Amino acid sequence: MMHQTSPEIGGMGHSIKRKEDARLIQGKGHYVDDVHLPRMVHGHMIRSPYAHARLKSINIEAAMKLPGVLAVITGADLAKANLAWMPTLFHDKQMVLATDKVLFQAQEVAFVVAEDRYTAADAAELVAVEYEELPVLVDPHKALDPGAPILREDRGEKTNHIFHWEVGDEQATQKTLQDAPVRAKVDAVFQRCHPAPLETCGCVADYDPIMKHLTVWLTSQAPHAHRTLFAIVGGIPEQNIRVISPDIGGGFGNKVPIYPGYVCAVVASLTLGRPVKWIETRSENLQSTGFARDYHMTAEIAADKDGTVKALSVKTLADHGAFNAAAQPSKFPAGLFSICTGSYDFANSFCEVDGVYTNKAPGGIAYRCSFRVTEAAYLIERAMDVLAMELKTDPAELRLKNFIPPDKFPYKSPLGWSYDSGDYPAAMNKALEMVGYRELRKEQEEKRKKGELMGVGISSFTEIVGAGPGHTFDIVGIKMFDSCEIRIHPTGKAIARLGTKSQGQGHETTFPQIIAQELGIPASDITLEEGDTDTAPYGLGTYASRSTPVAGGATAIAARKIRDKAKKIAAHLLEVSEADLEWEPGKFYVKGAPSKAKTIQEIAFAAYTNLPPGMEAGLEAVDYYDPPNLTFPFGTYICVVDIDKGTGEIRVRRFVAVDDCGNIINPMIVEGQIHGGLTEGLGIAFMQLISYDENGNVQGGNFMDYLVPTAVETPHWETGKTCTPSPHHPIGAKGVGESPNVGSPAAFVNAVVDALSHLGVRHIDMPVTPWKVWQILKEKGITS
Amino acid sequence: MAKTQRIRVTLNGAKHELDVEPRLLLVHMIREMPGMTGTHVGCDTTSCGACTVLLDGRPIKSCTLFAVQADGSEILTVEGLIRDGKLHPLQQAFHEEHGLQCGFCTPGMLMSTCALLQKNPNPTEEEIRWGISGNLCRCTGYQNIVKAVQNAAGKMQKEVAA
Repeated sequence: MMHQTSPEIGGMGHSIKRKEDARLIQGKGHYVDDVHLPRMVHGHMIRSPYAHARLKSINIEAAMKLPGVLAVITGADLAKANLAWMPTLFHDKQMVLATDKVLFQAQEVAFVVAEDRYTAADAAELVAVEYEELPVLVDPHKALDPGAPILREDRGEKTNHIFHWEVGDEQATQKTLQDAPVRAKVDAVFQRCHPAPLETCGCVADYDPIMKHLTVWLTSQAPHAHRTLFAIVGGIPEQNIRVISPDIGGGFGNKVPIYPGYVCAVVASLTLGRPVKWIETRSENLQSTGFARDYHMTAEIAADKDGTVKALSVKTLADHGAFNAAAQPSKFPAGLFSICTGSYDFANSFCEVDGVYTNKAPGGIAYRCSFRVTEAAYLIERAMDVLAMELKTDPAELRLKNFIPPDKFPYKSPLGWSYDSGDYPAAMNKALEMVGYRELRKEQEEKRKKGELMGVGISSFTEIVGAGPGHTFDIVGIKMFDSCEIRIHPTGKAIARLGTKSQGQGHETTFPQIIAQELGIPASDITLEEGDTDTAPYGLGTYASRSTPVAGGATAIAARKIRDKAKKIAAHLLEVSEADLEWEPGKFYVKGAPSKAKTIQEIAFAAYTNLPPGMEAGLEAVDYYDPPNLTFPFGTYICVVDIDKGTGEIRVRRFVAVDDCGNIINPMIVEGQIHGGLTEGLGIAFMQLISYDENGNVQGGNFMDYLVPTAVETPHWETGKTCTPSPHHPIGAKGVGESPNVGSPAAFVNAVVDALSHLGVRHIDMPVTPWKVWQILKEKGITS
Repeated sequence: MAKTQRIRVTLNGAKHELDVEPRLLLVHMIREMPGMTGTHVGCDTTSCGACTVLLDGRPIKSCTLFAVQADGSEILTVEGLIRDGKLHPLQQAFHEEHGLQCGFCTPGMLMSTCALLQKNPNPTEEEIRWGISGNLCRCTGYQNIVKAVQNAAGKMQKEVAA
């Protein structure tokens, strides 16, 4: 049982206002583009206008003559240093700068360095690149056709096929499907989209030729892993590299990979001996950096006539673009997509994924998602609705009937996961009550009689986060532990450093709350630092909702190590044995004599001034936490939409989100995360699309074409919670940042399809635009 | 170096005379002044609003205005909101209502809402949402920004009454 701390201590469960706000509201945040160093110069990337073309020649003469231009680096230059290609995060390699051909529009071709950014851009115009166009492959469904152009000649294989991956019992699943009285099938594309954090990617590389030391300020969600990769790929001794990830303007997975621009800036700084800044434009960000999704999926459910689900089959074609730059654990080609049985008790399941190359930007990264979980949650929640329509049953009742029952946890899924804890009916019932489900269904019935279109969409998702246990999870071989180091100062104040890196999640506020909970030191007395590889302990970084599940565990355990030592010191100070001491947040006291006590501050002072004989001085600890399992947050989301039958315009009238992320560190921050994730889910469901024309030209390459929600489209979110702690996590927390983005797309789409279901509509692919809806209404004779 | 032109601007109350290239964007001019990196660049197409500043009291997107167009103007950026060491009510309210996460959109949001409240001291939720519709936020889902603006409106009305 967890102690309740006072507001002064501010342990877990307190909505403490954020520490980081002080600088961010005054324009004193320090983002990468704010780094300004003496003698700093600027890089500009030249990119391919073609999606697939042979590189004939690059002429840099005119550019080099422009005053202020310092260098133009080409693929041929990099090849001399064996840096023209670099490894991706997933068993593939990627061109840093093109040598013989380009494979996607906006691919990196040459890097200009000049005294200022305007001159660099001028010089880029003067670089003459000659291309010979090649046939373009855009449609992943045609990637394996006999006549398809082979994109990756470098691999020496005459195919665009990257991988086949499968899991589950194919035979049993197929047999159940064949014999099933009811089958429901859905073909769903989870479209290519982009996280588009408001700050684009960039870096400042500063190589000191005298000390042979490289400092890189980087928009990085994983600074330690990036330092190691710079060392391995660039051949610079790791002790001579310092990566600093300063304030980050949103990441959402976009800032996990290493991009060619970073490598070019480092090479330029090594060459010139001057600091080199390279900051992407928005177009470069959207056109070339880690996209997400692009999963073309088919799900089929076998069920009994009473609606009991029996088996799930999933077949997926994954478009990875020109290079397989998926940012995910190395043993999981399709990430954690096999969570696709979701919240339901399927006896059998089989899931297979094939990855292919196309002439598109490389990826895909986990966009506010624990590695393909969003795709999985969307697919199963869509498929359950199709089944409900097939059975003419209520989608809420169908879900309640098929939930993994609370007494079946820990639950072993047919695709191999061990769910830690869950109470799915509790979250569902709470959401149904909050939204007034029965009344809404009555209203819908009446509206339908009048020809009005209204829909209610449900999504009861299960997430899988907190990668992860080191025996299964690694990124390029590095096990996915995370870390925390805590030092208590003599006056009882503290500093903690972590291997993770906040990009807006509020770590400077929340991690001190964990320490406050464990040690009773007020959270306001604890400084938290992340992102500097010279000072923070090694960790794998922040993505896949892993900070709280993994680094949060490390923080609690490091604090407990300190408490163990503190107890010895307290026993010494109180002249009793350790066994006679009791703990309450902030002090040890003698059992039965609560006035005989030593506060944590007194103990901290004694750790430097009055130690038990033979004890090492100081009060600090570090923990590298390797979680025993993943965590499985869940929830039920219900969306209500009204559709204008004349225009197809969709209005989200209400959205109720009930989340269960286990024990909560800071309710205010959790709620903020949920608001943000739901808004990104809204964008994905209705707006966000990176598409390509038949020539491979990007159609969503700026904020005028790639639409993200403004405050006007965004509805007022209604949030609720249930609490089912994780039994294996030191503080019972599960992680929350991604749940709303994972769970919500299906709720939005289910609501629109529900509004049109009486017309025979079963599925609409995202983004569900008014145009798509209007076309359906026209086809069905509802509008002219 | 291309030809430069002399301009005079007042930035957060301080007068400056600068020689700038005619093509220099206002946002770059501002960001290159010492300690003035609070105004951010989030797109290049006047879409995201991270670069919003007040030009003679009106919110403008400084990534799409040349510095020479600001000649003779008064510019207010996020760094100029604080007065006599006291936070602007909007800054306080964004903190109190958790109206920011990564903070990258925040300076632009503060400037847009500052202009909004000057024009409309008691806006409805819908007016606030339209008022910030030129400012993108990828983190907060806007709900707490709306609350922050309502909170600040209340604070500012109390100040006026006092």
